[in-house]
Amino acid sequence: MGTQTLYDKLWNAHVVRQEADGTALIYIDRHLVHEVTSPQAFEGLRLAGRKPWRIASMLAVADHNVPTTGRAQGIADPISRLQVDTLDQNCEELGITEFKMSDVRQGIVHVIGPEQGATLPGMTVVCGDSHTSTHGAFAALAFGIGTSEVEHVMATQCLLMKKAKAMRVVVDGALHKSVTAKDIALAVIGKIGTAGGTGFAIEFSGSTIRGLSMEGRMTVCNMSIEAGARAGMIAADDMTINYLKGRPFAPQGELWDKAVSYWRTLHSDDGAKFDAVVKLDAAQIKPQVTWGTSPEMVVAVDGRVPDPATMSDAVKREGAERALLYMGLKANTPIAEIKIDKVFIGSCTNARIEDLRAAAVIARGKHIAANVKLAMVVPGSGLVKRQAEQEGLDKIFIAAGFEWREPGCSMCLAMNDDKLLPGERCASTSNRNFEGRQGSGGRTHLVSPEMAAAAAIAGHFVDVSK
Amino acid sequence: MQKFTVLDGLVVPLDRANVDTDAIIPKQFLKSIKRAGFGPNLFDEWRYLDHGESGMDNSKRKPNPDFVLNQPRYQGAQILLARENFGCGSSREHAPWALEDYGFRAIIATSFADIFFNNCFKNGLLPIRLSAEQVDALFKAVAANVGYKLTIDLERQTITAPDGTVYKFEVEIFRKHCLLNGLDDISLTLQHVAEIKAYEAKRRAAQPWLFL
Ligand code: SF4
Repeated sequence: MGTQTLYDKLWNAHVVRQEADGTALIYIDRHLVHEVTSPQAFEGLRLAGRKPWRIASMLAVADHNVPTTGRAQGIADPISRLQVDTLDQNCEELGITEFKMSDVRQGIVHVIGPEQGATLPGMTVVCGDSHTSTHGAFAALAFGIGTSEVEHVMATQCLLMKKAKAMRVVVDGALHKSVTAKDIALAVIGKIGTAGGTGFAIEFSGSTIRGLSMEGRMTVCNMSIEAGARAGMIAADDMTINYLKGRPFAPQGELWDKAVSYWRTLHSDDGAKFDAVVKLDAAQIKPQVTWGTSPEMVVAVDGRVPDPATMSDAVKREGAERALLYMGLKANTPIAEIKIDKVFIGSCTNARIEDLRAAAVIARGKHIAANVKLAMVVPGSGLVKRQAEQEGLDKIFIAAGFEWREPGCSMCLAMNDDKLLPGERCASTSNRNFEGRQGSGGRTHLVSPEMAAAAAIAGHFVDVSK
Repeated sequence: MQKFTVLDGLVVPLDRANVDTDAIIPKQFLKSIKRAGFGPNLFDEWRYLDHGESGMDNSKRKPNPDFVLNQPRYQGAQILLARENFGCGSSREHAPWALEDYGFRAIIATSFADIFFNNCFKNGLLPIRLSAEQVDALFKAVAANVGYKLTIDLERQTITAPDGTVYKFEVEIFRKHCLLNGLDDISLTLQHVAEIKAYEAKRRAAQPWLFL
């Protein structure tokens, strides 16, 4: 076999068969399911008289549509309710494990998979959601799929795909104070662009990445899709293994030992060849803030909104002009002078316990600024919420004027009641700043949890590393 | 799935890079549990002046006259011309469903996001990558000629312009085969049940912890 990348190892271990043109049938170990991209797949399966191939590979949860307040009253919007009820019914009928809205284990699909140990090294993990790349933090091959593919995996336990090219992103060195995994992710996207990873599976490596917690690694892999890569991954090490030990879906006893010895092989071999290599120096990364309507439109917090007039590429220039118009920003405005209306701390990028702890450190003993109309903290899962409450984080946030909500996707995509009004400006720990993403006409600036909390307190962006 | 063989279609230009799937079909329409009916809400935020919600009567809404899809000369277009990184963002298959429901059969762009690109093939939509220069030339030609049509021949992998220019394009053999014949992936894969079962048995023996 020679030297292999982590991606080669994961890919080769899952090939069931291969066509002459390289299209392969890839076996899927874990299939995560949520309410938005599954109903048509269940329906298709039923119409064709098919049954899911391996029910035990599936884990379902409603996250996109669920309300973050007043859970006891159920979902007010009848269309959202129908979608969640449809998932419940499909899971009940077929015997699929589902964490219902009332279950403390309910949460964002990409938070609960790892939290339950349902994501394990060496697995192929799919979900009808682009941020499935998150699970790659566990040395898994994890990627988002469309609804037709959801149905295909249900019916056959396999997917048809071609192998991607391999990119290695190497981040070395020590991070400055309050520079986080989120800033690394945004800095990578700023460097390679939102299409820079298209056609690649990215492996993140280097001393900085190895030094990140599992939460931080998940944040980095989560944003791979924002760089255009379907998959992001990180080699397994002690950190990975310690995180998984004792989780409900993880193996135990003898099987655990056997699994661990396999997991320890899940890294790129020395001298493995990559089709592209990108290097970043951690010491150069500052807290990042996006200024436009694509995650690649990003600068350091001590920078300024760029001037489209200085851009030589016509398509880029027009894109930047349109973005500034949408965002209501003027070229050359210092980022720190941008005032915000709302703050959202949440999403599968930044709603794990470590994220909430980091934000709480900033918020402790302070109060949100008068111009901030709403600052909300939405934990990634019921278990994250419980943990945070045990640590008293909820009290810190509430005393500082933040709202403390129930878990779900919430204002990351605003399918429930949590949304921006037209023209409102938000510091958000989520992953997409597209037009209308957080509400029609809403303006999103992507930042880390520390940066979001600090912006809530100051009413405008501030450099938390200072 | 609808077959794709030869298409002689009107072209509409959408001159923006990084058109994301949130823009193609905004999230408020994803609450549907059906596959059809997304066409009227394709590009909703750009296409209408008011804010759209599912269940609204779209015929009573105010179209945005400046949005290209609303211009009389592009009515009935079946080919969408776009720039780089088309279909980025969310994996929602509602995006190709909306494009197909509206009447599009092919999208020509400099590049596509992976998941969107995949999803197109599952829905009888042909995404075609051309070079930035070729895409540029097509944008100019469309702007200059009302009623500009292109002929896309999937078998021959060619796009023929009215002036006789022929653009060759690449498509993977397997995907081409499925699209030409309107074949559905699942039945094709199920021809290999024995192989899948054999693989699964081996895997279960080697890594039993994956089958708990
Ligand atoms: S939190 Fe946002 S990005 Fe993550 S799964 Fe939910 S909607 Fe998607």
